[in-house]
Amino acid sequence: MSAVIEHNADAVWALLAGVLDPEIPVLSICDLGIVREVRMGEQVEVVITPTYAGCPAMHVIEQSVREALYAGGYAGARVSTTLTPAWTTDWITAAGRAKLQAYGIAPPGAAHANTAQVIHFKRATPQAVPACPQCGSTHTELLSQFGSTACKALYRCVECREPFDYFKPY
Amino acid sequence: MQAHIAHLEYLLRLGDSSLVLGQRLGEWTGHGPVLEEDIAMANVALDLVGQARLLLTHAAQLEGAGRDEDQLAYFRDARAYRNFSICELPNSGLEKGRTQSGDYAFSIVRNLLYCAYQVQLWQRLSSSNDAQLAGIAAKSLKESTYHLRHAADWTIRFGDGTEESHARAQRALDALWPYTNELFADDAVEQEVAEAGIGVLNESLREDWHAQVVAVLEEATLREPRPSHLLTTGKTGLHSEHLDFLLAEMQVLARAHPGAVW
Repeated sequence: MSAVIEHNADAVWALLAGVLDPEIPVLSICDLGIVREVRMGEQVEVVITPTYAGCPAMHVIEQSVREALYAGGYAGARVSTTLTPAWTTDWITAAGRAKLQAYGIAPPGAAHANTAQVIHFKRATPQAVPACPQCGSTHTELLSQFGSTACKALYRCVECREPFDYFKPY
Repeated sequence: MQAHIAHLEYLLRLGDSSLVLGQRLGEWTGHGPVLEEDIAMANVALDLVGQARLLLTHAAQLEGAGRDEDQLAYFRDARAYRNFSICELPNSGLEKGRTQSGDYAFSIVRNLLYCAYQVQLWQRLSSSNDAQLAGIAAKSLKESTYHLRHAADWTIRFGDGTEESHARAQRALDALWPYTNELFADDAVEQEVAEAGIGVLNESLREDWHAQVVAVLEEATLREPRPSHLLTTGKTGLHSEHLDFLLAEMQVLARAHPGAVW
């Protein structure tokens, strides 16, 4: 049998939309904004960018991309990595944000384009607080700046008392 | 010094510093003072090891001797490591008789001092002529800024906390302060890479670093230590006795089972 493969970038993007993040399995890698480019040469090349430099999920993602493309008829597809421009949570799609919210993870607020300059630390600095993904209240408090994965912080809703993950702006 | 060698040395200094501090902070895993901080330190450690992987991979490519990040990390001895000495100091601090368990104030204050340096450094290196290094710096800046925020928050909490927490934070600061001299002492390596537009003179980072750190110390009611003349030499490969032990633990698996993969 000879499978006729639709050899176009849209078909590859459609396959990639089915590759899920291993840590947040409701989010596809396209939702996350880490697929930067699909190059259609003799062999397909998918360019991805890491979320956090040390994120252990990146290896799994690379492998999943290769498997998905193989299953879709693109044997020998290459996955390469780029660091520039650096990934930001601003690239998480609107659909991705809605999925995070439904999954119980508060989606990230806007990342600051430039994190430069001297940071001033004051105990009472008002910071943008995420809304509780369960009840929607903005009466929430930070429990810990770090959470279950590199990309999350731990919050608690003061209204409904539920703890929840917050996807940190990056 | 040849430009190529200076470039390589510079990348090793940055990569090894991230790696060694990452390994140190990783020692808190399972031993943090509270669960959230256990997780926090492990997360910071993970980010630092991630930076180290990028930097050492770049260094290995530049070296062109067929080595990779793992060979640089696991098969070099202490004398070949180029990390700043401050990164290798034990979590327990430097007082005698306190070698067994960690002192969280010591780790927090070290992170404050070192992450504040990294934030300054990555900002400047984001426009390095070395495009690969610039990419790594722009990425690392986001992470180091977050680490700095964590360290600053806890420094303020400790310093402006109880008598005991204040005393321990101050003791940690006094012990660590002299080790920051090495961060800002430039030698032929930094001069070479700065001239080539690859790196920066560390001395040029000192003023902003100092402003950043002092702002936190003031908020924390901690006293800035007096200047010291101690100049450690980790970045030239001459280390304290602590690095051998750290490397032994980090490298034992790879050396006992060469070629092993996950």
